[in-house]
Amino acid sequence: MGSNIGPIFEFEKPVVELDKQIEEIRRFSQEKKIDMTAQITAMEQKLEALRVEVYSNLTPWQRIQIVRHPKRPTFLDYIGMVFKDFIELHGDRLYRDDPAMVGGIAYLDDIPVTVIGQQKGRDTKENIYRNFGLPHPEGYRKALRLMKQAEKFNRPVICLVDVVGAYPGIEAEERGQGEAVARNIREMANLTIPVIAVITGEGGSGGALAVGVGNRVLILENAYYSVISPEGCASIIWKDASRAAEAAEALQINAEHLLRMGIVDEMIPEPLGGAHKNPLEAARNLKETLVNNLLPLLQLSGATLLEERYQRFRSYGHFSVK
Amino acid sequence: MLKDLFKTKPKYITVKSERQLEQGVDAHLEKKDIPDGLWVKCNRCAQITYHKDMEKNLKVCPKCNFHFRINAKERLKLFVDEGGFEETEANLKTINFLNFPEYDSKLKKSQKATDLTEAAITGKALINGIPMVLAVIDFNFVGGSMGSVVGEKITRAIELATATKLPFVAVSGGGGGARMHEGIFSLMQMAKTSQALNKLSEAGCLYISILTDPTMGGIFASFASLGDITIAEPDALIGFAGPRVIQQTIRQTLPPGFQTSQFLLEHGIIDMIVQRKDLKSTVTQLIKFHNTEVK
Repeated sequence: MGSNIGPIFEFEKPVVELDKQIEEIRRFSQEKKIDMTAQITAMEQKLEALRVEVYSNLTPWQRIQIVRHPKRPTFLDYIGMVFKDFIELHGDRLYRDDPAMVGGIAYLDDIPVTVIGQQKGRDTKENIYRNFGLPHPEGYRKALRLMKQAEKFNRPVICLVDVVGAYPGIEAEERGQGEAVARNIREMANLTIPVIAVITGEGGSGGALAVGVGNRVLILENAYYSVISPEGCASIIWKDASRAAEAAEALQINAEHLLRMGIVDEMIPEPLGGAHKNPLEAARNLKETLVNNLLPLLQLSGATLLEERYQRFRSYGHFSVK
Repeated sequence: MLKDLFKTKPKYITVKSERQLEQGVDAHLEKKDIPDGLWVKCNRCAQITYHKDMEKNLKVCPKCNFHFRINAKERLKLFVDEGGFEETEANLKTINFLNFPEYDSKLKKSQKATDLTEAAITGKALINGIPMVLAVIDFNFVGGSMGSVVGEKITRAIELATATKLPFVAVSGGGGGARMHEGIFSLMQMAKTSQALNKLSEAGCLYISILTDPTMGGIFASFASLGDITIAEPDALIGFAGPRVIQQTIRQTLPPGFQTSQFLLEHGIIDMIVQRKDLKSTVTQLIKFHNTEVK
């Protein structure tokens, strides 16, 4: 387990090594027809303990490495595992369809919802097509179009957020990236339907907030949500992007911090070692939490939803009054 | 005594090579503050002007019309009627609640350099006798970035305008965007300020957003982009991502004039570019259009 699913991180090497040793002993005992069950069982117990030890004490930076794992489930993976009958709807009606932002209608259990997310590529070719999941203004405008459509039909909106940031490029600036992000934030605040945002991977600054103004904001255990990338922050303060791990600690961007600070309402557990170790389990947890959070929201009036969301974002900030 | 003479030697004459001047990106990122001294060399035309003449010309180069940065206090002086500013929320003070490295010293340095408590000044203002709520952001205070206090001041200013049915005018100059030293809470100020504008709109109030050099990142991607009418001063750098970030991402040279006021006007992102000397009269005129009580 874990050895054939993409890169292995430095901190999980002891686990992988022991796993390999057990495999070798098992093969040896089969080849030589020697019964080594007792030894294997003992080692397996040791492996389980080691796994818990390594993965239960992850540093903020190790968690960030996990959410950037190339095999981490993407938006379309979750669509298949969490929702039913997804129908994708394309385009912003103004310029083009942005493949980095995906949206459509689907069922969550039996509730029709509008679901929106950013799609990272699962291989190089798809990454180029999807622009590494970095949306252009038309992506944000498509998302807003679908949210407005959801509002018309009184359908809840679920945004799965996994975006390094809104794309920094020439065309993005020409087409008003700043305005697109700002408008989304403002219009999301005004929606009279339930909105749930889940940070499933990377919650990168304004590009994440532009699909993140929810009645509930949830986060997967290893995901992060930050005003700036740890690398960007490190290169500003210490002129050294390689000190990103320190910056990540200073910024307090991990799920547990965000939960403590009241930025997110709930942390969704991931399988030991990260969602990529067992995507189905991660998806099950995600679905269960989504349903639990959505059901009470369905009881509220549009005005209440709007007001509660407003008060949530109105309350953020720390200062003294002297 | 001879040594003292050398000490007072003006520090501002740093002559850029022609090449540096030609490089689009670097020229925009050039410090546009006017250094102290008798003479000022223009960033764009390289002509030298007597400091007092530059001041008299509102810190605009008399030769080529290049607009230098001005700070918040200078902005108030130039924009608001004499004695017509009543500051609000001056008692909101920043705290380093994340214990973020170097934030305390950065704040102190900014406070000393600007004589401000934070990057935003808000208040009730009279402009040619017309009342409005005004917010000004000063680039010299931690890059004019938005943390909790800036976000709260802007939000309260919008709420004051909403409650008193006054027009809201924001003069943005925040090169830093959202303030990283306050982590995720700075990001949340984008939502806080932007959503307050919904209530302002419902109250039927006018919001004029004035973009000055530089308006970037989280400030541009929130309230600054949401004006009913959006004005930019000439020569301002305005955009979502910083030019260096874009250049590092796409690994191409940026086109000349990229992310300038002129660029934004051509791409349909702002309503107009207004010269600094005309800003007060233009805003006055615009408000008169929207307010039947003001003649």
